[in-house]
Amino acid sequence: MTSIGTGYDLSNSVFSPDGRNFQVEYAVKAVENGGTAIGIRCKDGIVLALEKLVTSKLLKSGANKRIATVDRNMGIVSSGLLPDGRHFVSRARDEASSWRNLYKAPIPTSSLADRMGSYVQAYTLYSSVRPFGVTAIIGGWDSEAELPVDGQVGAGPGVGSGGKKDGAKHGGPYLYMIEPSGLYWGYYGAATGKGRQIAKSELEKLNLSEGELTLEEGVKEAARIIYIAHDDNKDKEFELEMTWISSTTGPTKGRHEDVPKELREEAERLAKKALEGDDEDEEEEKMQE
Amino acid sequence: MNHLPQAWGRPRDDIYGAYDHAHFQTAAGPNQHTQSPIVTGTSVVAAKFKDGVVIAADNLASYGSLARFTDVKRLRKFNETVVVGFGGDVSDMQYLDRLLNSLDIRENYSSTDDPLNAKNLHTYLAKVMYKRRSDFNPLWNHLLIAGLDGESKPFLASADLLGTTFSSPTLATGFGAHLAQPIMRRTIPDENSVKDVSKEDAVKLVKECMKVLFYRDARSMDKYSIATITKEGVELDENVQLENQSWAFAEQIRGYGTQTA
Repeated sequence: MTSIGTGYDLSNSVFSPDGRNFQVEYAVKAVENGGTAIGIRCKDGIVLALEKLVTSKLLKSGANKRIATVDRNMGIVSSGLLPDGRHFVSRARDEASSWRNLYKAPIPTSSLADRMGSYVQAYTLYSSVRPFGVTAIIGGWDSEAELPVDGQVGAGPGVGSGGKKDGAKHGGPYLYMIEPSGLYWGYYGAATGKGRQIAKSELEKLNLSEGELTLEEGVKEAARIIYIAHDDNKDKEFELEMTWISSTTGPTKGRHEDVPKELREEAERLAKKALEGDDEDEEEEKMQE
Repeated sequence: MNHLPQAWGRPRDDIYGAYDHAHFQTAAGPNQHTQSPIVTGTSVVAAKFKDGVVIAADNLASYGSLARFTDVKRLRKFNETVVVGFGGDVSDMQYLDRLLNSLDIRENYSSTDDPLNAKNLHTYLAKVMYKRRSDFNPLWNHLLIAGLDGESKPFLASADLLGTTFSSPTLATGFGAHLAQPIMRRTIPDENSVKDVSKEDAVKLVKECMKVLFYRDARSMDKYSIATITKEGVELDENVQLENQSWAFAEQIRGYGTQTA
């Protein structure tokens, strides 16, 4: 990097003369070495998937989950420095809980993303701290149903004021990605980590903005994308970790849960098949040449 | 020297003179917490049967003797194996409900752990109640925790505002402790008899108790919630109307009131 020796990369919160914050850029580099993580916003829910690189054969398979639940209806998957990711999740849980304490209702996904964005951004401002070495994907389903206030015991008056609007729609699937700078956007499909480039180009092919992809299709696509994005040459072993959140009428009833074993294994089988299919095509092409 | 516990931690009267309590007084007097409940729910009744537990409480919250709120749900489902029934102060019940809600959220961060069962929840709630009474700031409730224990066996126990815990095959709080408990004990006198009681029998028994309580408890009403907890999960009906109930006999009563003959 050109900055070496210029001194503008030594302290956090210091701009270089051409307007860059090198510590933040180095944090992004840390993320680029992490296992691929993706999130897909489907018509009726959210899928989060992670390529969990197995660093030792002594680790129990299926244990040490990396996709975390926040409140009941949100999930966070991150790529980069693992301990930073866990602190990020811990903070998100505290935010969700303090929101409930104040408003007696679950935090909307957009508000959680906003608060976490501000939190991450604050770590780019001071010389006593370093930026987060993670890019985190936050997925959530904001309930479309009329939720009772926490601790509510009765229905209250059936008529009169309350400001309820007939036919007003609210809730649905939400997906955000927060980068080490604190920058966050809402996405149809988000990808980060080593295989993000391949994953992003695969996500673009899904035409997610049309809102036609169903949750089950999303699960299969997510598995396929993680398998495609995985680099066999550099990393041999990985585990696919997948969670999902459906509508309140769907399979998870608005909660963030692991994708059931059968469905995940089916998705993995299809993903492997799709990969093999690609290889065969390539070999056939070579033969013809 | 006085070794009685009452004298512990205090200056000796024979040396320092009589103890001056004013040292601990502020201008407004000593700190005071809740002295009595305000909006209250009456009895909760529950009974074990061979596959689970049935629990019921009416939907009334009284403000003193005024029947103030008539759609109050006093049975709170915690998860698929536990229901908590609340007697006593309704705002304290709401506090506990939110406490249990936050506990449930924290418990479900990990998908691999076993969910909390009724026995775990009773232990937890009893500790909360005892802590608060030890702070001289009790939660003015009497709780029945109904559900299944770690071995999926029926579990029923109570915890009250003093932190007292008690367990029995049938339990009732408040007025029900006097009126419903003896009725239920006729059918389920001890732990051994639980295995002979079917779900239908237990539900019938508890419904009968709700009727007796409605007739005799002036802080009760004829609409109630009833829940059964079995291995199949929680079946909660929050809008049951009392059946086969009538005040027609009241006209026959003579000897007081406004009748002339």
